[in-house]
Amino acid sequence: MTRDKEIVLSVRNLTKAYSAAGEKVSVLRGVNLIVAAGERVALTGESGSGKSTLLHLIAGLDRADGGDIDFAGTPMAGLNEAGLAALRRDRLGLVFQQFSLIPSLNVGDNLAFQSRIAGRNDVAWQTELAQRLGLAGLLDRYPEQLSGGQQQRVAIGRALAVKPLLLLADEPTGNLDETTADNVLALTRDLVARTGCSLLMVTHSNRLAATLDRHVNLSAGLIA
Amino acid sequence: MIPTFAELFAETGCECWNRTTSFLISRRTFAGGALLAALAGKTARAQGFAGLGMNGQGFAPVVPGRPLVFPADHGPHPDFRIEWWYVTANLADSSGSAYGAQWTLFRQAMAPGPQHEGWANQQIWMGHAAVTRADTHRFSETFARGGVGQAGSQASPLEAWIDAWQMRGGERMNSDTLSPLELNAAGNDFAYTLRLEADHALVLQGDAGYSVKSEQGQASYYYSQPYFRARGRITVDDKPAEVTGLAWMDREWSSQPLASDQTGWDWLSLHLNRGEKLMLFRLRDRGNHDFISGKWFSPDGREMRLGSSDIAMTPRVFTDMAGHRIPTTWDIAIPSLSLAISCTPVNPKCWMGTRFPYWEGPIRFSGSHSGVGYLEMTGY
Amino acid sequence: MTRTLWVLAVLLSHWRRHPMQFATLVIGLVSAIALWSGVQALNQQARASYDRAAAAFGGTRTATLVSRSGGTFPQQLFVDLRRAGWPVSPVLEGRIQIDGRSFRLLGIEPVTLPAEVGDTPAIGGDLQSFVMSPGETRVAPETLTELGASEGGSLQASNDMTLPPLRLAARLTPGVLVVDIGIAQQLLKMPGQVSRLLIGKSKGPRASLESVAGDRLRLIKPDAETDLERLTDSFHLNLTAFGLLSFFVGLFIVNSAIGLAFEQRLPMLRTLRACGVSSRQLNAVLLLELVFFALVAGLAGMVVGYLIAAALLPDVAASLRGLYGAQIPGQLSLRPQWWLAGLVISVLGALLAAAASLLKAGRLSVLAAAQPQAWHQAQRRWVMLQGMAALAVFTAALGLLWFGDSLLAGFALLAAILLGAALALPLLLELVLAGGERQARGALAAWFWADSRQQLSGLSLALMALLLALSVNVGVGTMVESFRQTFVSWLDGRLAADVYINAADDAQAKAITAWLRERRDVIAILPGGRAETQFAGAPLEIFGLPDRATYRDRWPLLRSAENSWARLRQGDAAFASEQLARRSKLSIGGAIEVPTPNGDWKIRIVGIYADYGNPNAQIAVNFDALTNHFPTIPRTRIGLRANQAAVPKLMSDLREKFGLDEHSLIDQATLKAESKRIFKRTFSVTAALNAFTLAVAGIALLTSLLTLGNSRLPQLAPLWAIGITRRQLAVIELLKTMSVALVTALLALPLGLLVAWCLIAIVNVKAFGWRLPFHVFPLQLAELLAVAMAASLVAAAIPVLKLARLQPAELIKVFADER
Repeated sequence: MTRDKEIVLSVRNLTKAYSAAGEKVSVLRGVNLIVAAGERVALTGESGSGKSTLLHLIAGLDRADGGDIDFAGTPMAGLNEAGLAALRRDRLGLVFQQFSLIPSLNVGDNLAFQSRIAGRNDVAWQTELAQRLGLAGLLDRYPEQLSGGQQQRVAIGRALAVKPLLLLADEPTGNLDETTADNVLALTRDLVARTGCSLLMVTHSNRLAATLDRHVNLSAGLIA
Repeated sequence: MIPTFAELFAETGCECWNRTTSFLISRRTFAGGALLAALAGKTARAQGFAGLGMNGQGFAPVVPGRPLVFPADHGPHPDFRIEWWYVTANLADSSGSAYGAQWTLFRQAMAPGPQHEGWANQQIWMGHAAVTRADTHRFSETFARGGVGQAGSQASPLEAWIDAWQMRGGERMNSDTLSPLELNAAGNDFAYTLRLEADHALVLQGDAGYSVKSEQGQASYYYSQPYFRARGRITVDDKPAEVTGLAWMDREWSSQPLASDQTGWDWLSLHLNRGEKLMLFRLRDRGNHDFISGKWFSPDGREMRLGSSDIAMTPRVFTDMAGHRIPTTWDIAIPSLSLAISCTPVNPKCWMGTRFPYWEGPIRFSGSHSGVGYLEMTGY
Repeated sequence: MTRTLWVLAVLLSHWRRHPMQFATLVIGLVSAIALWSGVQALNQQARASYDRAAAAFGGTRTATLVSRSGGTFPQQLFVDLRRAGWPVSPVLEGRIQIDGRSFRLLGIEPVTLPAEVGDTPAIGGDLQSFVMSPGETRVAPETLTELGASEGGSLQASNDMTLPPLRLAARLTPGVLVVDIGIAQQLLKMPGQVSRLLIGKSKGPRASLESVAGDRLRLIKPDAETDLERLTDSFHLNLTAFGLLSFFVGLFIVNSAIGLAFEQRLPMLRTLRACGVSSRQLNAVLLLELVFFALVAGLAGMVVGYLIAAALLPDVAASLRGLYGAQIPGQLSLRPQWWLAGLVISVLGALLAAAASLLKAGRLSVLAAAQPQAWHQAQRRWVMLQGMAALAVFTAALGLLWFGDSLLAGFALLAAILLGAALALPLLLELVLAGGERQARGALAAWFWADSRQQLSGLSLALMALLLALSVNVGVGTMVESFRQTFVSWLDGRLAADVYINAADDAQAKAITAWLRERRDVIAILPGGRAETQFAGAPLEIFGLPDRATYRDRWPLLRSAENSWARLRQGDAAFASEQLARRSKLSIGGAIEVPTPNGDWKIRIVGIYADYGNPNAQIAVNFDALTNHFPTIPRTRIGLRANQAAVPKLMSDLREKFGLDEHSLIDQATLKAESKRIFKRTFSVTAALNAFTLAVAGIALLTSLLTLGNSRLPQLAPLWAIGITRRQLAVIELLKTMSVALVTALLALPLGLLVAWCLIAIVNVKAFGWRLPFHVFPLQLAELLAVAMAASLVAAAIPVLKLARLQPAELIKVFADER
């Protein structure tokens, strides 16, 4: 984080509304956010404040109503579905609760598959990741044979295996007990530092948020 | 009808059948027939063709000095292996457009010996007919078994027929001139009827009808009526045209195959414009020993036999058709007759796409002499 | 490319973890393709041999000239026509006896044979050796085997003539001996005679037929469809219908397997999308996966289909020979088109079955949270729509019943009835279940009915499959059983004599008759004979009936005029076979005129009799009248009435005295047994296909239930939570499945009877020309019902057992997973 101050992610004036039961509900009302290379940012906010929506928009899983997201210097509004998919595949790591592991692949394959799809399968790096995440002995197991913490470590490994520019994490420790959560987070911080990638993590825990470089709070669709 | 028959057997890939049909081929097959040599019989190749005489297969031999007797020799000679009745005509309609017509009946014996009755008869007959115009060439082919009446021939009154095609002399025909003669044939898309008349007697080819076909002495009996005047009607695609012109009839029979290295032949019948007639053939072989022969006739009864050293035949223009490259324009020089002419086809695409394909059609020539004629070429 | 392969590998990993599901998918595809392609192979085989028969030497594919008076005519007419420009080729046909068996001898003239006739190179080889003495006898390999002869051998005909050496002609029709026409004229002792002239296609100028042949010849135009094709249409349609039925039932299985896999793979698909696989790529790979499966399973299905076809071929061939006299080679030969068609059908079928899942995947949103389905309303609408479609289809069926007058219309009517019933099934079940719900007392009972209704949409396809398979089984079973009963009693009437003799020639027949007259144990000697002629452009058999009580008492007359036997004796009256009467719209009192060697014979119809299993039209006349009009027919057939006890001795004496073998001497019991055996064999194909479709329907039900079972947990967990044991839940589930299956099966019974009625009253009449009495066989129905319920029980048991053994943790998870 001391290297350069190159900007990885720039979110400007982002708006997003959903219509529910015929009524329009504004979730994001002009969010601005900048994440520099190597910077680790915690995003907090109350339930329904739009944290996950913001993360989805940054990941290109959904389209914003207004505003811009520049990722690695590329305006995301200019990308089509395939372009967004390529962006996710090559430059982003996602650790979301609902995009869990693929149950029919073993740990090794789960770790490798995004980088395989991205076409840069770095076996040495995967071995190191497995080592550091404490998964080295579990590579042949299937997700259903792992504990929650182990599963989440595999998910983090999978996301980092492609050496992304930015790791997006949505409550990665939400289902874990405190000790495990601390443990997983510490590992994540280490690995992020090791790869030089940036981190944007949604959490509802101020305690965890405090362990990162910066802490932003989303409230009423705005970042204060 | 023919492809039928032919296909039926060809599809089965039978060599034997090829052997049987291929010697039915075309007139000079026999005279120049390299293929015939190879196909004529199982023993032909093995025995080679050492001179004349019986080849051991029981057919009558062709020997010099046998006088041709008419009308008997107008009829069939079933003891000989192969025989044909062959007419070509150079015609024109009232507007002067040139036509050609061909009428051919071949006979081939599958086995020697006494003639069997009915379906057991060993003769096979084949007819070829064609009509040529500058813009089109139509042909047809048909086959028949002997013994039941579908095809056949008789000497007196002269008659030769296959299916509805016939050549008929009738009671009034003069057997020395073969005149008058009625001729008709039809295919899917053409038909013709011609009446042929001549004032001059027929002529004997070669040495009094003994016509030598190779250095080794293979020969046939061969006579012609080249002095026919023709008149009649040609119908192409249901459009009839009245035509008149000149016609030439050949009769030839033999038993012997030819040398196995002979690959094809070029044959010409020419009506010179002062009434003289000229027949020429060249048998090509794999080496460079073409066998060339011919005979010149004049209306006053003079004639001259021509040999290889007398005749120069030079192909000039080639036409590609049906995958073959055919010389359709020729220069011919016969110094002893002070003759130097160039022959061009009325229609260069006179392809006879029959079971055994060849080129045959009407030609014109000019130079020291001018006139019309017919050209047949095989083995290209 | 590598990316695609990695995505494919991820998708495929699902199947590795769910082998049962994979097996279901493959079983579905294989069973869809197997029977379909098996039936296609059989049909193709049969059609190819009909073509062979038809094309060979002027069957119906070639225009022909025949004698107006029937029989042969002088070959001079052939020559005259050739010389008048007609491209004709002569054929002489006759029958020749070899070792007591009768063969068709065909004399052809190869030199003039038209190309279109020759396109079956029935003749191969050397023209010269074929036409020149001693000639050749060309035979199909099957015939060579039948003759027990080898190539080059010479056969002796029963008239002491020697046939030319045998030569194999691979594609010749079995049962035919082909020789040169000249040789045929000698063998058949018909010098200078021909049976017909084949007309080639060349179109040169020709004289009119009358100017050449007067009124002696008649032109028969070529027929695109062969007689055999027309006759056997119904049989092949029948096979095809079974093939199609099983194809669609198989697709039901594929549909449920793919549907289940799709539901289970949804999270995986979402994850793949989130990790950067574009939706287009994902869809392409899903499609690729499906096509790959379809090809592999299709290939496997075709191998199974081939085995099925090979196993059924002897029966099919026996049926076709028994019913229509069609000769089918016993060796299955497959054409490349068959493989190609099978694979294409497999891929198309798989795409059809997976269409819904693929469309859902195409519209898959990465973020969409599982929306609770408004299933009730959607299902209601769907059921109503199907009900309306059913109504439309039934209307069409009524139209077909009213206006249809062809075999195809008959089958279309059957298809409409079945389709309509299948479409109406969910509505009917819905009504039954809603009725049950209203009647229900108590919460659990109400839930039972309501939940059954909810399950309906998932089960309806499988239930439709069950309904179709069952009703077709009932229909075909009833038809076959009705036919069997009728056939057996008809045989009793038709096989009136106790012993049948077929003498080698008239002289032997006379000797046998003289010898028999001396025997005390012979009650009656019944001379027999038949002639062949033509009526309405088709062959007509004339059967000679001796005027004996044996026949008067037992001949299977369906209807007759008064004093019909007396009128028959007068010589100008006949009984017509039912087929002939229907086909030519003849009724009692009507008259027909047939050509005979002694001029035209006008005959009045005084009765109509059943002539099951005979593809040809037939009339029966007085025997003496027959021999008057056809003086030259062989009188070699003799029937005997004898004391039952004396029959064996009589037969062995006959055998010894006259050297008769099993082809020329047979007793009634053996003949009946043989006939019944042929009958049984004819319908064994149907039975096999029936069983197969029912099995496939069972698999469809099983897989549907397995699929449902997985999504049933959220419905069952609350019940478990409020205190119903797993065992109770399992019983309830079983009851529910069985109750809908029972309702379906009960609906299938009347539907099946309707199908049987259609088969008997419409399809059979059109296909064969006979109408059978309609019987209902309650025992058979009960049996089928039991089989259906057993199949449902087996299908339901597996998911229910799974439920009973479910770990409580799995049920808890339902609550934990709900977010």
